[in-house]
Amino acid sequence: MTKISVNKKVFETDSDPSTPMLWVLRDEFGLTGTKFGCGIAQCGSCTIHVDGEARRSCVTPISAVVGKEVTTIEGLSPDSSHPLQKAWIAEDAPQCGYCQSGQIMAAAAMLKKTPKPTDADIDQAMNGIICRCGTYNRVRAAIKLAAMNGGK
Amino acid sequence: MSSRVLKFLVIFIAVGVVAFARFGRFEPVENVAASTAEDPVKARAAFNEAVKVFFSARCSNCHPGGDAPTQGDERRIHDQDVKRGPDGKGVAGMECATCHQAENMDGEGLPPGAPNWHMPPAGNKMVFQGMTAAALCQQLKDPARNGGRKTLKESIHHIETDPLVGWAWNPGNGRSAPPLSQADFLKKLNEWIDAGAACPE
Repeated sequence: MTKISVNKKVFETDSDPSTPMLWVLRDEFGLTGTKFGCGIAQCGSCTIHVDGEARRSCVTPISAVVGKEVTTIEGLSPDSSHPLQKAWIAEDAPQCGYCQSGQIMAAAAMLKKTPKPTDADIDQAMNGIICRCGTYNRVRAAIKLAAMNGGK
Repeated sequence: MSSRVLKFLVIFIAVGVVAFARFGRFEPVENVAASTAEDPVKARAAFNEAVKVFFSARCSNCHPGGDAPTQGDERRIHDQDVKRGPDGKGVAGMECATCHQAENMDGEGLPPGAPNWHMPPAGNKMVFQGMTAAALCQQLKDPARNGGRKTLKESIHHIETDPLVGWAWNPGNGRSAPPLSQADFLKKLNEWIDAGAACPE
């Protein structure tokens, strides 16, 4: 039995320690806000935080998060009030929305370390998160808005 | 025992002691002298073998001239426009560790992993790509450009013990290993150092 702390709550799993977090989060813990995109760390849809840093949950084994704090999109704020979540709505950032939890989690990890990002900082951090609808300009605008509102 | 036999024994032992002192003592000293003698030809030959490893895909992919690592045996620019970042661990929000775990994930197309996956830091890039053997050799000997390693033995220690370096010889999932084994690579580097560490012209 492995104990894992997700969104400040302790969960237990019997899965093999090499099982990727994404499978455990969605299938066992019922936290389906984190999405499966490619399964090989190419697209970024499954981005979560491990001790505050962006990690792609499809390639992060359970064994790598034991004793650490995992945060998913459900735990980013208690009531969807994180500046990025508000900015996402204000800028109408998503189109289909499939990638947005990964986009928001990656952006939140970036803003923690770079609270006042330049366009280049944003592009560099977000380049690896694929949006099949091509909403990149709105994503960037939302991140800038969140940064202006002191978002981390 | 007669005095003649006794005299013979004394002479026999004395000759033996002198012979041992002459050959037993001097021989190892001559050996040590031979292994540390400066021999630029031998040193260059050893380095020219070892440098093939530095230039292999496994080692040079993370030692580019610019800030973008390369990937694969074909050394294409890393997907996702990955960049070095100030400390060599990627940029905020897209660190190396965002995808690269402490060990390989088993399966095609999955990111390779080893403890502390990273590149050299921006302040000391330790470039391998695009270098000549001579230039790389000079760089290895320069603490300002070799990661602050004051002696060549310190650099060898890094190559011998860092698990990220060691990963290159067990990269998994069809990736090629460097052309020399890690043991042969270390042997050539030690030969180069012991022969005076001369650089190719």
